[in-house]
Amino acid sequence: MIRSELVAMLAKQNPDLSLKEVERVVSTFFEAINAQLAEGGRVELRGFGAFSTRSRTARTGRNPRTGDPVEVDAKSVPYFKPGKEMRARLNV
Amino acid sequence: MAVAGTLTRADLAESVHREIGLSRAESANLVEQILENMCAALSRGENVKISGFGSFILRDKGERIGRNPKTGVEVPIAPRRVLTFRASQMMRERIVKSA
Repeated sequence: MIRSELVAMLAKQNPDLSLKEVERVVSTFFEAINAQLAEGGRVELRGFGAFSTRSRTARTGRNPRTGDPVEVDAKSVPYFKPGKEMRARLNV
Repeated sequence: MAVAGTLTRADLAESVHREIGLSRAESANLVEQILENMCAALSRGENVKISGFGSFILRDKGERIGRNPKTGVEVPIAPRRVLTFRASQMMRERIVKSA
């Protein structure tokens, strides 16, 4: 399923809303999660899962083409842990 | 919006209510429907790809032999399906800067 298919399904389930409104709802939903993670916070959705960030320490990497060492700065990366209910639904 | 801390469904519904101007009840319903539609697609075995956000990817794991770390007894681990999330380039870039 891709974003446009999600929007189409929601539009069908909510005939009182225009496609444009549903599109804005979906954008707002994902943007709220993005913004929270960008601020270093967490988003916990019971039954679905939790989004958080994990920090990676600085390290010396290598340019895979030339083999030259390059310094990689410490950074945060997004992380998702599926919820219990979600895991159960995937394995029925 | 709360600085750091943890957001929940209620906060996402509140964002929808404020941004779009739908009622609180309708906003909460829509948040639930987004999650339910994604969950349903994943449980049908479909990957879910949201542009600008990321992809939820299913992986099938084969059976393997595990070991109870306390007793050392070997136990079979049944084949199962796991869910991984790969964030979009856009999300990664925004998060790197917050480090």
